[in-house]
Amino acid sequence: MKKYLFQMSVLLLTMFVLSSATYTSNNDGYTIGEKASDFTLKGTDDKMHSLSDYKDVNGYIVVFTCNTCPYSVLYEDRLIELADQAREMGFAMVAVNPNDPDIQPEDSFEKMKVRAKEKGFNFPYLLDEGQTVYPKYGATRTPHVFIMDKDMIVQYIGAVDDNSKDASEVKEKYMYKAMKAIKKGKTPDPATTKAIGCTIKAKKA
Amino acid sequence: MNLKILVLPLILSFMSIPLVSLYSQDYDFKIYKNFSDLENAHFDIRDDRVHVINFWATWCAPCIKELPYLDALTEKYGDKIKVTLVSLDFPRRIDSALVPFLTKNQLKSEVVLLDDGRANVWIDLVDSGWSGAIPATVVFMNGKKHFYEKEFHSFEEVEEIVLKINQ
Repeated sequence: MKKYLFQMSVLLLTMFVLSSATYTSNNDGYTIGEKASDFTLKGTDDKMHSLSDYKDVNGYIVVFTCNTCPYSVLYEDRLIELADQAREMGFAMVAVNPNDPDIQPEDSFEKMKVRAKEKGFNFPYLLDEGQTVYPKYGATRTPHVFIMDKDMIVQYIGAVDDNSKDASEVKEKYMYKAMKAIKKGKTPDPATTKAIGCTIKAKKA
Repeated sequence: MNLKILVLPLILSFMSIPLVSLYSQDYDFKIYKNFSDLENAHFDIRDDRVHVINFWATWCAPCIKELPYLDALTEKYGDKIKVTLVSLDFPRRIDSALVPFLTKNQLKSEVVLLDDGRANVWIDLVDSGWSGAIPATVVFMNGKKHFYEKEFHSFEEVEEIVLKINQ
């Protein structure tokens, strides 16, 4: 009996280690060249949105952003301008708030509606309800931009541009450059960039 | 020729005026406009002490929550551990946010401000595994380095990362 118990515990431990290992690798998110998955999330217009709603596009843009992060706020006007440019260039663009409203009440669905109206967002602003989308993509901060080509292959991950604090001081418009490259069937350069941002608010595991 | 020599320093001194006056007010902390200057002054020092460098900002709620735990290291292990709190506050918010915060909290650790816009370059120099989310903390000692892109929830957790580098 004792021996049996020991074997059982070894088996359980192995299973636990294996499951936690797979969990970690899933948690890393997408890298360039991987195929991204679609999602269906509710927008501030009270409608459900999926990337596949958009037909015949050159690519898809998902911007993880929120109401509360000062860096997200700094980029609001630039995202509105970029949404117009994206439309002209044939890209579908949505913004997703990945924060848990229980932790950050100012990022609640109702507050998102208020913000979207105040700023006149010209792109769907969706709530990652249940926080299932941002871990899949591997978003770690707001704002965090993911751009896919028409086949949903991830081509760009990173920042909007190279100067968060001052739009007039921007030297490289990463997001715009990436759209231009993808539209031409080329690989964006750079394909990944980094910027300071706010951590995504989630309950502790 | 003589005139040129005379005029040049004059021009240079005029050029430097706007730079100086921008931060003319005296602060208790250093402001680094270049990451490399911060790196030279605070990173990779091999002096048998544990160095803890934390990136934070007054607008970052999880940063503010963990700050007392990190600051307690200075209080408890002042001579063995050097804690540097690198604020990423916006320069225009120094007077309205950072200074009042520091006055109110009277931190024991050294606070500096980093105002280098080339985040895409310097984030990787801090650690290639850092995505740029804050809080983020670097711990190093005599050439060994650990990096944490996470929030610490207790003083015990912070003591643990120090013990880990010391092993």
